[in-house]
Amino acid sequence: MYVAVKGGERAIQNAHAWLAEERRGDASVAELSIAQIREQLSLAVNRVMAEGSLYDPDLAALAIKQARGDLIEAIFLIRAYRTTLPRFGASSPVDTGDMACDRRISATFKDLPGGQVLGPTFDYTHRLLDFKLAADGEVPQAPMREADPAPVPHVTGFLNREGLIEEAQPDDTPPPDLTREPLEMPADRALRLQALTRADEGFTLSMAYSTQRGYGRNHAFVGELRIGTVPVEMDIPELGFAIEIGEITLTECETVNQFKGSKTEPPQFTRGYGLVFGQTERKAISMALVDRALRWEELGEDNVGAPAQDAEFVLYHADNIQATGFLEHIKLPHYVDFQSELELVRKLRRSVEKSQHQEAAE
Amino acid sequence: MKDTTDQTPDRKAWMSLMAKAREGRVAALLDAALTRPTFTWLRAPEIGSVMVRGRAGGTGAPFNLGEMTVTRCALTLTTGEVGHAYIQGRSKPDAEAAALVDALMFTDAAATLRARVLEPLEQEQTARRTTRAQKAAATKVDFFTMVRGED
Repeated sequence: MYVAVKGGERAIQNAHAWLAEERRGDASVAELSIAQIREQLSLAVNRVMAEGSLYDPDLAALAIKQARGDLIEAIFLIRAYRTTLPRFGASSPVDTGDMACDRRISATFKDLPGGQVLGPTFDYTHRLLDFKLAADGEVPQAPMREADPAPVPHVTGFLNREGLIEEAQPDDTPPPDLTREPLEMPADRALRLQALTRADEGFTLSMAYSTQRGYGRNHAFVGELRIGTVPVEMDIPELGFAIEIGEITLTECETVNQFKGSKTEPPQFTRGYGLVFGQTERKAISMALVDRALRWEELGEDNVGAPAQDAEFVLYHADNIQATGFLEHIKLPHYVDFQSELELVRKLRRSVEKSQHQEAAE
Repeated sequence: MKDTTDQTPDRKAWMSLMAKAREGRVAALLDAALTRPTFTWLRAPEIGSVMVRGRAGGTGAPFNLGEMTVTRCALTLTTGEVGHAYIQGRSKPDAEAAALVDALMFTDAAATLRARVLEPLEQEQTARRTTRAQKAAATKVDFFTMVRGED
């Protein structure tokens, strides 16, 4: 028997009203502004932009406020908003070699043109709580030094010159877009990179870590990590030429990985690539490691059965909005489903009891 | 409608400059420079997105990185000049101001706008960029050798 039920509107309305009140918290404490979140919680804003897959710091800050700081909920809000926007087109691929770098380090070369630039990093801090931040403290001015205006070349370019590293050949195949076509296997590298750049940071980090611990080990070095701004250029059809339509902050990580060679390739270094919106270096390094692990087939390596080598496993479980949608839906009413399960279990028990009676009688 | 395609490199530069301006700046500088002329919309301001692409390995095959918000519009001055704007973000007033400047750059107001809108914008962007570059330069590591191994 199926019984349709209605109800709960008042309970839902009241729950949402209470949510709004709880979101605001103690009214005697000053309310957070969008600008405060954007400026002072910028790494949270960056994560929401990267995984929400929409570069707009003010919208990400609003989403964080609305979601009470729940970043996956904020990412959900951004993804939902994104679907309402008309798409004007696609940009030309950004030129990360032309990046105005805030940070640029290499773990493989000490002395390199452009140097090791640390930027505003948590590295080398002692990870001790700073109680000065709990008081209204004045911020010291960051020191400045004469800057070299020359572009900062990519580190992999140096290895390329000796032919010791695989080349990333220029290619202008229009890339597939998982926001337009469902993600299907086999996924080429362009599709994998799109899925990884918007993937959950925690999941990507764990997958990358698993390769370091031996599940599909590929001996990664951070050839280069850079953070900075690049202009975004797009062809404007009505004008007949391209203009810059904005400027975005990106984090790029190139790994240099050991490779013994295969039937077709000489021994050389191979590469993993991470490129993520905002200052998001944990994610970019993780992405590069996972990208490299997923390249086993095209490089002619063995599939050792490691989770990070399994494109289907990685790509179908990396999206936190898909994951949370499916996971959290099980808390919503399943009264009818469960009623049928109850009936089934009762029936099974009855038949087991019946056969036991029969056995006892025999 | 007047032909406005002969100044392409210059036009590309000013449109790119206004696309990257901080919210409210183009409108504020335009209003400080002159009284806005009347115009009609060819395309009213519209908020949308552009899919930003990157390249695998920095130089290889392109892939879709994610979208960014962009506002665009197009207008015609009553004197016939056409102005377009594509700017980062969701500010319709800024898109309108940028399209007006674009159209006015084909009129006698060009010199005024260059001096009072475009040059100040350029200076602001250069100053922002230089400050960050100098802060970055101050965090550059100077290595020095403590003990040479072969001695």
